[in-house]
Amino acid sequence: MTALTLTNVCKSFGAVEVLKDINLTVEDGEFVVFVGPSGCGKSTLLRVIAGLEDATSGTVEIGGDVVNTIPPAKRGIAMVFQSYALYPHLTVRDNMALGLKQEKQPRSVIDERVNKAVSMLDLGAYVDRRPSDLSGGQRQRVAIGRAIVREPKLFLFDEPLSNLDAALRMNTRIEIAELHRTLSASMIYVTHDQTEAMTLADKIVVLRDGRVEQVGSPMELYNNPANQFVAGFLGSPAMNFLKKAPLTIPKGGALGIRPEHLRPAKGGRIKGTVTHVERLGGDTNLLVSTAEQEPLTVRIFGQDDTQVGAAIELDFNDTQSFAFDKSLQRVAI
Amino acid sequence: MSAARQNRFNLFAAHAALILYTLIALFPVFVIVINSFKTRKAIFREPLALPDAESFSMIGYQTVLKQGDFFLYFQNSMIVTVGSLFFILLFGAMAAFALAEYRFKGNTLMGLYLALGIMIPIRIGTVAILEMMVQTGLVNTLWALILVYTAQGLPLAVFILSEFMRQVSDDLKNAGRIDGLSEYRIFFRLVLPLVRPAMATVAVFNMIPIWNDLWFPLILAPAEEVKTLTLGSQVFIGQFVTDWNAVLSALSLAILPVMALYVIFSRQLIRGITSGAVK
Repeated sequence: MTALTLTNVCKSFGAVEVLKDINLTVEDGEFVVFVGPSGCGKSTLLRVIAGLEDATSGTVEIGGDVVNTIPPAKRGIAMVFQSYALYPHLTVRDNMALGLKQEKQPRSVIDERVNKAVSMLDLGAYVDRRPSDLSGGQRQRVAIGRAIVREPKLFLFDEPLSNLDAALRMNTRIEIAELHRTLSASMIYVTHDQTEAMTLADKIVVLRDGRVEQVGSPMELYNNPANQFVAGFLGSPAMNFLKKAPLTIPKGGALGIRPEHLRPAKGGRIKGTVTHVERLGGDTNLLVSTAEQEPLTVRIFGQDDTQVGAAIELDFNDTQSFAFDKSLQRVAI
Repeated sequence: MSAARQNRFNLFAAHAALILYTLIALFPVFVIVINSFKTRKAIFREPLALPDAESFSMIGYQTVLKQGDFFLYFQNSMIVTVGSLFFILLFGAMAAFALAEYRFKGNTLMGLYLALGIMIPIRIGTVAILEMMVQTGLVNTLWALILVYTAQGLPLAVFILSEFMRQVSDDLKNAGRIDGLSEYRIFFRLVLPLVRPAMATVAVFNMIPIWNDLWFPLILAPAEEVKTLTLGSQVFIGQFVTDWNAVLSALSLAILPVMALYVIFSRQLIRGITSGAVK
C-alpha cells in the first residue's frame, strides 16, 4: 500500500509559484527525506501534505484516500515541528494526551499510549513538568512523543533537529532512525542538512525552486546524480566542478569530481598549489588552486603532512567523474 | 545586571531621579488624601499639614456617604469600566487574531481601517452618537456608555494586539490544528495566554480614561440611577459654593478601585515581560 501519493501538486501564494507540479509516492514504512536549500519549497510541501496549506491544484492522497478537503486532524498524520511547538500551559503528559482527547479516545487508551511513548522516549522523570522546565533535547522528545501517541499513518518532521546543538543532533538523529525501525511507520522528514538526509533516508527527494530535481536512495543520488545541482548538494565536502577539465566536456559545461575521488599522483592530470589544509585527524582536506585558478577540495583519508604552498599533482578515475552541460544536466563522459 | 556594570554613583543617580519622579507624581494624590481628613478651615489654613487631633475630621466622608447614592455611582463606574474593558479585550483580540492569522483579500486595508480610529477622537461624533442612542432608546443606560467606550478603545487594542499576535509561533498554532483543536480553542487556549502582557497593556491604557471620563456620562447617562462616580462627584462642586471636604473625600475614594484594577493588570504586565525576557 502507498502511504502518500502526490499528483500534480502546485501551490502559489498570489503570483509566486512555490510548488510546481510535484508528483511523488511514499510507500508504506518508507523513510523519505525532502532536502533542498532554504526557500526551495520543502516546508511548504510538508504543510500541504499536513493540510496546513491547501494545494492550489493537484491531489494529495494519504493511505489511498484523497484528503484535499479534509482538515489536518482527520488526515491520520502527526507532525513534529522545528520549534517543538509544545503547549506551554500543559504538562508533558497533557501535551501528549491532548490530540487523543480531541479524538474522544477512552481514558484507558490514552493512558496506555502515553505511557508507552513515555517509556519509549525515556521521559518518565518529566511527565508532570511543563515544557519551560525542560531542555531543548527533552522538549524535542516530548514533541516526538506527541506524534507517536496518535499512531498516525504518516509522520511528518519539519527540520526537527535544527534547534539542537551538534552533539545532541547526532543522538536525536539516531533515536529517530531507531524509532523508524521500531514503529516501521511511514515518515517524511524535511531538512536542509545533507548529512541528515544521507544518514536517515530510504529515499531522498531533492527539491529546488519548487521542483523535484531527483528522487532516489541516498547511494543512487551520490553515485548517479541527474544534474549538477544534486551532485553539488549531496556529499560533504561538496563536489568539485572544473570548467577547464582534462577530459572532453560539453562547451560551457563542467566536470564534477568528488573530493574523496581525487588523489595525489605524480604526473597527474590536474596540477595546482595547496592554499589551505584542514586536518581533522581521521581525514585531511586540502584546498587547492589549480593551474587554471579554479578552486578544488581534495579529501585524503588518514593524516597527511602536505604543507600550505606546496605544489601538487592530482588524478582521478574517469568512471568516478561526472560531466554536465551548459544547462547543468548530466551527460555521458 | 552584572556587578561590573554597577557603578555606585550611577546607581545612586538613577534611584534619585526615580524617587524624585515618584514624589512629584504622588504629591497631588497625597495632598488630596490628607486634606480629605481635615476640617474645612484646616484645609484652607494649612493645606500641606497632616491632620492632627484638632484638625482631624471625617465630615467629608460623612457628606459623601450621606449623599446616599454614592455606592450606586461607584457600582455604575465599576460596571462601565469592567464591562468596557471586557468587550475591548474580547473583540479587540478576536479582530487582531483574524488580521494576524488569516490571509484574505483586503487584510491590510481592514487593518488600516481599524487603526484609523486611533487618529480620530470619538468625541467629534458626540452629537451623532447621542442621536443614535436616543433612537435606540439607550440614553440613560449603562449600555450606552459601555458601547461608546468599547468603540473608543477598540482601534488601539486591535493595533497593539495584532502586532503581538504576529509574534506567536505559527508552529504552535499548527500543532493545535493537527491535534484537532478548533480555531476558537487555539485562540482562547494557545494564543491569548501568550499575549497576556499585551492584553494587560491595553487594559491599563483604556481603564484610566474610561474611569475618569466626565464627557459621555454627562451627555449620554446623566440620570441619577446611572451616574458614574466622576459625574456624581460634581454635585459637590457648585458655581458659588464648593464643598471641598466632600470633593476631596469622593476623589480619595475614587482612587481606590482604579488602583486595585491597576495592581491586578500591572502584575500580569510585569510577569509577562520578565518571563519573555528570561526564557
